[in-house]
Amino acid sequence: MSLAYAAPGHVAELLKRAEGRTPAAVSLDALAAGTHARVAAVRGSGAVARRLMEMGVVPGAPVRVIKAAPLGDPLEVRVRNYHLALRRSEAQTVSVVMSDE
Amino acid sequence: MSTTLESPPQVSAGAGARQLVVALAGNPNAGKTSLFNALTGLRQKVANYPGVTVERKEGLWALEAEQAPARLVDLPGLYSLDAASIDEEIARDIITGRMAEVPAPDVVVAVVDATNLERNLYLVTQLIEAGSPLVVALSMVDLAERSKLEIDAEQLSTSLGVPVVPVTAKSRRGLEELARAVLEAVGSQPPCALWRLSPKAEAEVRRLYAAGAASREGALRDLYSDELPEEAELREAVESARARLSSSDPQWWQEPLTARYRWIEGVTAGAVRGAKDTRPNSTERIDRFVTHRFFGPVLLLLVMTVVFQAIFSWATLPMDLIDRAFGALGEVVRTQMPAGLLTDLVVDGVIAGVGGVLVFLPQILLLFFFIALLEDSGYMSRAAFLVDRLMRGVGLHGKAFMPLLSSFACAIPGIMATRTIENPKDRLATILIAPFMSCSARLPVYTLMIAAFFTDVRLLGFIPVGVVLMLSMYLLGIVVAIVVAWILKHTILKAPPPPLVLELPPYRVPNFLNVLHTMKNRSWMFVKRAGTVILTISILLWALMTFPRSVVKPVPDAQEGAAVQAMRETGVEGKGEPAPSTAKGEGDTSDESLQLEQSYAGRLGQVIEPAIAPLGFDWKMGIGLVSSFAARETIVSTLSIVYNVGKDAGADSPSLIEAVRNAKRPDGSPAWTPLVAVSMMVFFVLACQCMSTVAVVRRETNSWRWPLFMVAYMLVVAYVASFVTYQGGKLLGLG
Repeated sequence: MSLAYAAPGHVAELLKRAEGRTPAAVSLDALAAGTHARVAAVRGSGAVARRLMEMGVVPGAPVRVIKAAPLGDPLEVRVRNYHLALRRSEAQTVSVVMSDE
Repeated sequence: MSTTLESPPQVSAGAGARQLVVALAGNPNAGKTSLFNALTGLRQKVANYPGVTVERKEGLWALEAEQAPARLVDLPGLYSLDAASIDEEIARDIITGRMAEVPAPDVVVAVVDATNLERNLYLVTQLIEAGSPLVVALSMVDLAERSKLEIDAEQLSTSLGVPVVPVTAKSRRGLEELARAVLEAVGSQPPCALWRLSPKAEAEVRRLYAAGAASREGALRDLYSDELPEEAELREAVESARARLSSSDPQWWQEPLTARYRWIEGVTAGAVRGAKDTRPNSTERIDRFVTHRFFGPVLLLLVMTVVFQAIFSWATLPMDLIDRAFGALGEVVRTQMPAGLLTDLVVDGVIAGVGGVLVFLPQILLLFFFIALLEDSGYMSRAAFLVDRLMRGVGLHGKAFMPLLSSFACAIPGIMATRTIENPKDRLATILIAPFMSCSARLPVYTLMIAAFFTDVRLLGFIPVGVVLMLSMYLLGIVVAIVVAWILKHTILKAPPPPLVLELPPYRVPNFLNVLHTMKNRSWMFVKRAGTVILTISILLWALMTFPRSVVKPVPDAQEGAAVQAMRETGVEGKGEPAPSTAKGEGDTSDESLQLEQSYAGRLGQVIEPAIAPLGFDWKMGIGLVSSFAARETIVSTLSIVYNVGKDAGADSPSLIEAVRNAKRPDGSPAWTPLVAVSMMVFFVLACQCMSTVAVVRRETNSWRWPLFMVAYMLVVAYVASFVTYQGGKLLGLG
């Protein structure tokens, strides 16, 4: 929970150093449905990453996977109290840390 | 808000001098359309921005009594001003006054969905940066209250530094307050951005300001936008600032986005009270069924069946009525006016042409009724969510599904429905393959061919070949569309698979006023823009089939006026039109038939005969192909004329079927064989024989380039496929 109040840039920095070592950091597409998490970093670049961030997927934002579409892709996630559909390939660029919310 | 007392006299003076311009901005699904309709009522018009297909909606908003109403410009729904799509580019250009047709707005009204505050406020932070006087209209407050969300508008206004007015469009709550706030905001000091970057980035911004950037906002734009400033010195400063920032953090470009959201979190923390409830809301409960692994696709199929059924069969009644009405009108005009060329032009060119435009209206109205309903309720994004995986396989967006499905009824409304696809390349790819879907106009052709050659022929003794053929034609169109889409997306429309970052908005009861407005606007745009092209081509085709006048056989006076009427839809009965010359005797050529043979269209049929012979077609069929460019079903009436069975024979007319079966080539062999019939069907599946489609593509892409490309490539595809069918069939001994 304390992560949420840290400056998001700082969270990203922590994660970058800890990548591969801490089990708490996973990419959004690997998150089990229903698990609460917070965005740690958006690793992509270009228009899609920008659009994701404009839609509120920025470090620190609460996020939860609701379900996958019937064919396994795209995913439906809840972020900042609304629902967003994104493909697995885009979800892979978002790393999250579990939160106990 | 505190300037209320001083400002009114000044404002009235300003408002009296010239018309105020107010721009309405907001996220998609924020309730912008409902608010726009509530503020303007019926006083609105829709057009296109020049050169692009983004819709331009404007209306008049009576801000105060006894004053000229303000011009209210509805910006396209957008999430950000960073110009990722044409919509956003246009919105940004209007707000900053760079759009030539629209003066810079005096006030921008930002519609903010109270139930989705944080994301909606992102656009507001950018509008604040853009520097126009701003008023926030807080929509959906009733819904927020119902979900126990309390929003302190006063507090929100203080934190944002912008007046905030809660509104409910449906009950017209808060509209007067909104008008007052807008009047107060005219000429007021624009708000300034209150969020800050990290110290390091702020230092760079200050350095750029010192290096000649116009303002803090200007320096921010220079530093973080994709483009570089023109001026050399400033450009150099920006480049080195970017280099410094990226050396310490490769994701440095994310900073303003993160900073805006951090600031928003602070703003909402102070202004929103009430449980941020995490238990599933009603939308989530509905979605358990609607996007369910099994029930989701079933429901989608059901919805699609209803939509398809509506445009395929419910629309036929009004379409027949329109058709008959124009047919009857043509007859009345023909009897009232002196027989002659002018009458022919009016009846066969103009009246038939106008009828040919209006006949599409029932389908367009019905389709857009459903589309508006599905969009407004929130179902459309779920449909895209469900089929995205399938569509991505072809390189298309999930949103391409609906337009393509509609095209099975008619490509015209289908192509118009591609507007929901934001990416221009994806949209274009969808438009270019839509005409491959077997539309209802192909049915008469299939029917005639099957009735003439495949009735009572059964496969394995019990499967009617006709049914198999019909199904194969639909499948052929789909398969070719998939292949073409794949090729297009890997060549001229090369682009990475379209990203899907799609909001699934909360389910809402559709606003029927919005639905009616959509239907009205779409229909009017079709009639106005595509209609003129269709009418022109219709008259052109009439001329092709009428000139030069037949001279070989002197024509009795009474028959002078009975020129070719191939434009007429097949369903029309030519009532009260005695046609003594349409006797069915062998070799007894009627005037109509003779006229057609000697017309330019007839000569064209003969000229192209060498080209179409390898497909199994003779020149009479060639005339049919030429005339069917008006609309596919026209080939039936053209063949009726060519084979002397009266132009009004339908696809299932026994005499026409008989005539087709008995038609002979000069060498005495039958003109049609089952193989020729299949070849003809294949050609009709794949060729773009529909001037209305061409007109609507011209209208939707704003150039002649793409419709002409479409006609050309579809013709090539059709030719090759027919060639393979006929020659392959002959090799297999089916000829």
